[in-house]
Amino acid sequence: MRDLRGDVKRTLGLRLWLSGGWLTILALAALCAPLLAPKDPLMQDLFLGRMPPFWMDGAEPGYLLGTDSLGRDVLSRILYGARLALIVALVAGTLTCFVGATLGLIAGYYRGWPDRIISRFVDIWMAFPPVLFAILLIAVMGTGLLSIIIAIVIIDWTRFARVIRAEAMTQGAMDYVASAQVSGQTRFSTMLTEILPNVLPTIVVLLTLEMGIAVIVEAILSFVNLSISTDSPTWGGMISEGRTSVHQAWWVLVFPLITLFLTVLSFSQLGEGLKDRFDPVLR
Amino acid sequence: MNGYLSIRNLTVRLKGGGTILRDVSLNVAAGQVHGLMGESGAGKSMIGKAVLGTLPRALDITSGQIWLDGVDLQTLPPAERRNRIGALAALIPQDPLTALNPSRRIGPQITRRLVDILGWKRQDAAKRALELLNEVHIPDAPRVMRSYPHELSGGMRQRILIASAFAAEPKLIIADEPTTALDVTVQKQILHLISEMQARHDTALLFVTHDLGVMSKVCDTLSVLYAGKVVEEANMPRFFMRPIHPYSAALLAATPTYTDPTSSLTPVPQTVVDQVEREVMEHDLRTAS
Repeated sequence: MRDLRGDVKRTLGLRLWLSGGWLTILALAALCAPLLAPKDPLMQDLFLGRMPPFWMDGAEPGYLLGTDSLGRDVLSRILYGARLALIVALVAGTLTCFVGATLGLIAGYYRGWPDRIISRFVDIWMAFPPVLFAILLIAVMGTGLLSIIIAIVIIDWTRFARVIRAEAMTQGAMDYVASAQVSGQTRFSTMLTEILPNVLPTIVVLLTLEMGIAVIVEAILSFVNLSISTDSPTWGGMISEGRTSVHQAWWVLVFPLITLFLTVLSFSQLGEGLKDRFDPVLR
Repeated sequence: MNGYLSIRNLTVRLKGGGTILRDVSLNVAAGQVHGLMGESGAGKSMIGKAVLGTLPRALDITSGQIWLDGVDLQTLPPAERRNRIGALAALIPQDPLTALNPSRRIGPQITRRLVDILGWKRQDAAKRALELLNEVHIPDAPRVMRSYPHELSGGMRQRILIASAFAAEPKLIIADEPTTALDVTVQKQILHLISEMQARHDTALLFVTHDLGVMSKVCDTLSVLYAGKVVEEANMPRFFMRPIHPYSAALLAATPTYTDPTSSLTPVPQTVVDQVEREVMEHDLRTAS
């Protein structure tokens, strides 16, 4: 028994360390991009187009991960792209979480007409294909960081609302909620002191998941050229550009793709790890 | 007879549906233990919930009065009713595993009522919590106060819930099948503890159960509930000697005895359909879709 528990703890720790480590590196890269980047991410050099990464024949010294078809340094562009990716992940993720979790909590705990209204909205919302919805929203609001964030919040709040509503319903049926009411607490304060702490682990998991999703949505939007202006490097934009020359210069596509993949994976693993930390039973 | 808790002609209906409690009247005298007996689905828990104001949202009190300490609760505005119930009555719940908030420590949960309703200072409340834990025979009380619910056994948690029910010195306690979720070995200790605490604090107790054996040990008087109706009200000796209602007699005949272990039991001829739960569930399904 003891040993088993120890094993579980250790693997959880590893998960947290790996995902947290990658995200820390990324955050540092984003913050210190001007210091770390070996080249100007926007500087073109048509004589150095499609140079391979450093371990291959014909690599150009100074361009560690090669160059794209316009001769821009892939590594520097990934570093600068981390800025936008992380801003979107943090801001859009948190806002989405706040909006969705609040509505879900109200619907699941109060039930009755608030629930009916919120749930109907969720149903309608989820019938829209999300990517098309996002593209439509950006088309209406115009491109730019703010539009991306607003689009993500508008598309994805339903994910939180649904899950948190179900969770709040389960918790609301527990005896300790009834006893809180018997001891004279109002419904609103019961929601905050009894329900919220017990759905918090779920909120944390969803939040980190949402941060990963926000990064993907941003990449999708850059892929269809609807992210922020084309002269600031984004991972999605790089993937989109790399796609056209994948047979001649795979590295232009593959490196941002790997970065994106690891980042999204790290966010979801971080959530799993944190959930176990937050859960009083597993703590 | 006017009891400390007096329920008069209480009818509880499902919103737009069947009747859960029909014209129920019962009295719990101050300092007395009144048993509420009935099989699953008879509506016995709903009476407790109606008194405490925690009926499921699908249910409505359509008529009748609930008098607590000489005041008809139905006539009070919601906030005042909540405070009055909180100060005068408390619940010992059925399932100790879901009755404590898993993400808060034990200490504050015991004394919540003292702090929230009676406005005690936190230090005083903590001192009182220690006393209470000693009263319910929990060893190492200071450590228990700092624990989270999952670190304690079911029996311990039920003791804690008993302590918390008695914390604000309520004059009425509703025990809703307080031993059904527990191990048989722990059940007896918990019953003893409830009786002991009830006698010491001189509280009226409404004891909900389907176990005649348990009831015979704890209660002074009882009501038998069948399909949402009180079919018999009696004091304990009279009930066991001479049950009046055929259903009561059938219940007694279905109880095993120690004196003649070989005798076969007589089953109760018909069972109530689990009407409360079924109807609540159906209502939920209707409104959820």
